[in-house]
Amino acid sequence: MSVYVLRRLLQSLLVLVAMSVIVFIGVYAVGDPVEILISPDADQLERERAIQALGLDRPLWEQYLVFVQRALQGDLGRSFVFNEPALRLILQKMPATLELAFGAMVIAILVGLPLGLYAGLRPESPGARLIMAGSILGFSLPTFWVGLMLIMVFAVQLGWLPSTGRGETAALFGLHWSFLTANGLSHLLMPAINLALFKISLVIRLTRSGVRETMLMDYVKFARAKGLSPARVTFVHVFKNILIPVVTVVGLELGSTIAFSVVTESVFAWPGMGKLIIDSINALDRPVIVAYLMIIVLMFIVINLVVDILYSVLDPRVRLEGSR
Amino acid sequence: MSEAALEPAAAREETPFRRFVSEFMASKVAVGGLLVFAAVALLALFAPWIAPQNPYDLAQLDIMDGRLPPGAVGGSGITHWLGTDDQGRDMLSGIIYGLRISLTVGVGSALIACLLGASLGLLAAYAGGRTDSVIMRLVDLQLSFPTILAALMILAFLGKGILNVVIALVVVEWAYYARTVRGSALVERRREYIEAAQCLALPTSRILFRHLLPNCLPPLIVVGTIQIARAIALEATLSFLGLGVPITEPSLGLLIANGYEYMLSGKYWISFYPGIALLVTIVSINLMGDHLRDVLNPRLKK
Amino acid sequence: MAAMWRGLVLAGLVGAACVLGAPGRAQTLTMAVGAPVTSLDPHFHQLSPNNAVAGMIFDRLINTDGQSRMVPGLAESWTPIAPDLWEFRLRRGVRFHNGSAFTAEDVAFTFQRVPNVPNSPSSFAAFVRPIRGVEIVDSHTLRIATHGPYPLLAQDMTNLYILDRETHQSATTEQFNSGPAAVGTGPFRMSAHRMGERIEFERNDAYFGERPAFQRVIYRMITNDSARTAALLAGDVEFIDQVPTADLARLRADPRLAISETVGLRLIFLGLDHLRAEASPFVADNEGRPIPQNPLRDRRVRRALSLAIDREAIAARVMEGAATPSGQFFPPGVFSHIPDFPPPRHDPAEARRLLAEAGFPQGFRLTLHGPNDRYPNDARVIQAIGQMWTRAGVRTAVEAQPWTTFVARAGRAEFSAFLIGWGSNPEGSHPLRNLIATQDRERGWGASNRGRYSNREIDARLEAALRELDDARRERMLIEAQRMAFEDVAIIPLYIQTNIWAMRRHLRHEARVDESTRAQDVRPR
Repeated sequence: MSVYVLRRLLQSLLVLVAMSVIVFIGVYAVGDPVEILISPDADQLERERAIQALGLDRPLWEQYLVFVQRALQGDLGRSFVFNEPALRLILQKMPATLELAFGAMVIAILVGLPLGLYAGLRPESPGARLIMAGSILGFSLPTFWVGLMLIMVFAVQLGWLPSTGRGETAALFGLHWSFLTANGLSHLLMPAINLALFKISLVIRLTRSGVRETMLMDYVKFARAKGLSPARVTFVHVFKNILIPVVTVVGLELGSTIAFSVVTESVFAWPGMGKLIIDSINALDRPVIVAYLMIIVLMFIVINLVVDILYSVLDPRVRLEGSR
Repeated sequence: MSEAALEPAAAREETPFRRFVSEFMASKVAVGGLLVFAAVALLALFAPWIAPQNPYDLAQLDIMDGRLPPGAVGGSGITHWLGTDDQGRDMLSGIIYGLRISLTVGVGSALIACLLGASLGLLAAYAGGRTDSVIMRLVDLQLSFPTILAALMILAFLGKGILNVVIALVVVEWAYYARTVRGSALVERRREYIEAAQCLALPTSRILFRHLLPNCLPPLIVVGTIQIARAIALEATLSFLGLGVPITEPSLGLLIANGYEYMLSGKYWISFYPGIALLVTIVSINLMGDHLRDVLNPRLKK
Repeated sequence: MAAMWRGLVLAGLVGAACVLGAPGRAQTLTMAVGAPVTSLDPHFHQLSPNNAVAGMIFDRLINTDGQSRMVPGLAESWTPIAPDLWEFRLRRGVRFHNGSAFTAEDVAFTFQRVPNVPNSPSSFAAFVRPIRGVEIVDSHTLRIATHGPYPLLAQDMTNLYILDRETHQSATTEQFNSGPAAVGTGPFRMSAHRMGERIEFERNDAYFGERPAFQRVIYRMITNDSARTAALLAGDVEFIDQVPTADLARLRADPRLAISETVGLRLIFLGLDHLRAEASPFVADNEGRPIPQNPLRDRRVRRALSLAIDREAIAARVMEGAATPSGQFFPPGVFSHIPDFPPPRHDPAEARRLLAEAGFPQGFRLTLHGPNDRYPNDARVIQAIGQMWTRAGVRTAVEAQPWTTFVARAGRAEFSAFLIGWGSNPEGSHPLRNLIATQDRERGWGASNRGRYSNREIDARLEAALRELDDARRERMLIEAQRMAFEDVAIIPLYIQTNIWAMRRHLRHEARVDESTRAQDVRPR
């Protein structure tokens, strides 16, 4: 097992290297950061000076080597745009995105699980059909469009919730979180719902199919035959069994939610990592893009590793070492 | 539901395909979905003969007809039943042509990504060892790479165009299929029938595609139908970010993104009707997909 | 019991907050801007949103009013005492936010710091490069010597924010962003900053100029256009800039809101490929084969393309009135505006005639490129032009892409025809030098001349004007040079953008032609 984990971590290092090479070549191909950042009326001398200041006058491979050298000492470079360490910029924005992603997950489970359970237990009822039809909406409506509709209805028309932005924050573990204040929560609600829509549909579907499969299992039939109350059968025997796959998938989705809440963050002016990465991509702020991707890759590697280990623990037919 | 009904039919001569068809047809919802989807596909296919205007021909558009409400008559004498967009493009024609692009992009990218992803996933699960590691680390890499950055890079390398959007979506999506197929194939390949096939020394490709793949199909189809919908929605998002299809050949997603800016000012039709068209298309695909999964899932038919 | 007590205390607190909040609210202004501020260091990144915020915290020797005219700032007067020597008399009794006194030393220090800000992606160094030396006559008199006669010195000084030698001797960009170094002489002091999200300000009661109306200002950044409008409609913010043209009609009709607007200094125009004598990459004949000689080098073709455009229709329909058709860089009333030079009229018949005369009776094919996220309605405008050109016989394909990829390709002169904008200083040499003059690295000319237009006669007139200290004579020279450029259709001017702000009814705002959004320009009605 430990040999396996070690090998996986080594492979992950290669992924990190591959990622950084792709970003270096990609940003180079997309355009010239100086052309984007520089004032339009800067003359040629000024442009050359800026290119030099950002180290972009050197050949690409040399820039890359400098980057690797510094990265080995824990320095991922400074943002071209902000002149602040890239890593610090990202970590500053992280709490906002984390609470948005977790908020969305909590909503997805609180809403999706009961609805999915109902749809699975009474698959033929009109209510279940309505739920399933509704869940398709969650998959198919573009996020940006739903986001604006939410703002229109709940902020502009009804005035119940603040339209955009992040509310007041309170400190916890040295970081600033907005879910600790009432004002912060009211700001969090709409973007979290917007981000949760897709996940709600996913949880509904997973739960429903899980319930339908377990209801046909022998042990459930046996429990019913034993005369246990339907409520007890549902909540003890069925529920316990479907929770594992639902939680696994939701966990996997958490990664992608953290990584790509770009659209929601930009519609709701939510100051998180997604907003930072889209701005950085638009400005070709390479140090921030690289640092951001490094963090995201690490996160995915850890999540996938944990999931693979869990699989092998849960299902002895899957062996981690492979055939050889 | 189907367990009892199918028992006597088993006596008749029955191929798996025929059984599949009859089970599929048993659900009215699924058939409804199929019919709607067929209608949408026909509309898209025969767009040039159905649409009142060719929305891609700039010479037929006039900004003086821009943002006309539904039912208004434009300068060229056409009645715009669903209104016009900011360029004076007839929304009905735009939607019919846009369906074409959205379906091409959605179905095309999903199919290619599925083929590519499933093959790689199968290979990873079957070969194991180093091959598995390489492929799965590629999946890690892909899943953590922002779609927007990938799309921007492809745009920079290849330029804009519908084909390039398909390529971008394939690059982004294949990893989902690979991960799904590998997951179920890992379980299946330890089963006795695969070991038996290996004992018979059947060629690897035959074992992969004739034996392993069919047993991994149910989850693949579920992922597939969701991914078609997702690809269409993703293309809409790329368009929203200015990275999608060319502006003069708008997809449904681009029409929605374009009209989004007019929502606050009450010109709802520019965004609303393409949204409805998108919704109907995706719902019909999902209705079929949902039922397919139930039909194909052996664990639901004990 | 405990829960009840907590409830009561909470209710009391909320009540108190309401009571206290009521007068506080009138003293606080919440504004939302569309472009993110990337730094509070006024010399780090030359970028309009940064300059606007710097204009709240810091001052310049020469400030500008809403019409971009020079008004005394930290300098009370400035006069050339020799062709290459200027004397600035500085304002007395001015103090920085931390109490440090403002003197001539601080100006000299600022000139030193400007070219030496580390890692700056777009520095202000070009504004001090013409300066040969600085002589401190007394604590509040300063003489600036330039390399040869330099009429633009005063104009350049409207771009440099003055720092304090004592405070900023070793200040880094990070110290500005985090607060300790964000100390100026301006009407507001910075009290909190969250990068890319919001900046909070307190009024500087000791400000030497007009006292700002609000005690406290919250300056939020909401880059999504619709979200910004929605925030105003929902009452979350009281003031927004960069109002999307699509929302303009609704906002005007809303009795709770008010609009402020002015014709700006940003011209949207089309650049054309003057570089290639042979085939241009995105021009083809009607069968799709390249045309061996670049038709865009023919003045008749360029004029035809310009006459085929209905500028009134674009301004009225696509821009929904938020633009003024123009045939030159400046609107009337601005220094070096060309009088009697109306925008080209829409004349498709004449366009066809000119095309036939140039040897293209059947027209040709062309791809028009443009950004889709840079200027209001940019992608819509190029489509509209595509319609008009196609109807005039030039079959036009339209390609819009994000600024990120567009600007690099435009800079490499990869396009045949492209849409781009230019925000001018109110001085004709500014656009002429950057957009029209022949590219010349040594002189720093033509850096944004992406079509690579070149006309020696215009260059010669520009050169003479840049040495002419007499404003009236210089204006005549610049007008003549501009007239030549537009008669030769060096670029195809389209329209000048209108700058628009929207606010709750109880506010009023002095609109600025330079697009800056600053809290001191907002007052209660």
